[in-house]
Amino acid sequence: MADETLDASGLNCPLPILKTKKALSKMDAGKILDVISTDAGSVKDIEAFCNQTGNKLISTVEDGGKYVFTIERV
Amino acid sequence: MSDNNKMTIIATKGTFDWAFPPFIIASTGVAMDKEVTIFFTFYGLNLLLKDTSKLRVTPLGNPGMPMKMPFGPKWLQAIDFSPKIPNILWNIPFAETLVTFLMKKTMAKHGVAKLEDLRSMCQEFDVKFIACEMTVELFGYDKSDFIDGVEFAGAATYFEEASSGDHHLYM
Repeated sequence: MADETLDASGLNCPLPILKTKKALSKMDAGKILDVISTDAGSVKDIEAFCNQTGNKLISTVEDGGKYVFTIERV
Repeated sequence: MSDNNKMTIIATKGTFDWAFPPFIIASTGVAMDKEVTIFFTFYGLNLLLKDTSKLRVTPLGNPGMPMKMPFGPKWLQAIDFSPKIPNILWNIPFAETLVTFLMKKTMAKHGVAKLEDLRSMCQEFDVKFIACEMTVELFGYDKSDFIDGVEFAGAATYFEEASSGDHHLYM
């Protein structure tokens, strides 16, 4: 289960990334963040963001144009 | 944070549309753990004004700009008016005002951040804003025309900022 959930639905690049960054920076290491996005571009972008920042992308789930990214704060 | 994480952008354009890329790239850069400086020069200074409501976008001399209606029936929204309207017609008064209004509507519909919001997010993320002192004087600006948190300096300062890192972009 996620410790925090960020709903970035309806927002476009780069807002989901910026809001993810902000949410993660307020969390402790090891905590889990779920990010909900409707921006198809965020599939690649969240992955790139996690690769670059070292945070762990645990899963990406798509459900009818809605994406849920589960990220572990490192 | 290592020096290699530095990134600089030279922002030179002062139209509403071109105001976005420097702030988008800068804020995302910080989110990706970069340390970002934007050097605003010539028309790019417009991006630092307290009042950005005068920024405009124009299709005049800009044939690459797609023009679709942000509202109305689906068939209407599907039409790209850009190749259909003779470019010279964009000379008519208030064309820029109208087109800027429509672009703002389109952006809102697509969930694109507002210019001021992107800019304040950059500041919140500690993006360094440097305004080119020479062009500030050249264009007769007063330093109080600009938002708080802006440094005023010249090209040499830019070079010092850009002396490390791999990303240095001209926009």
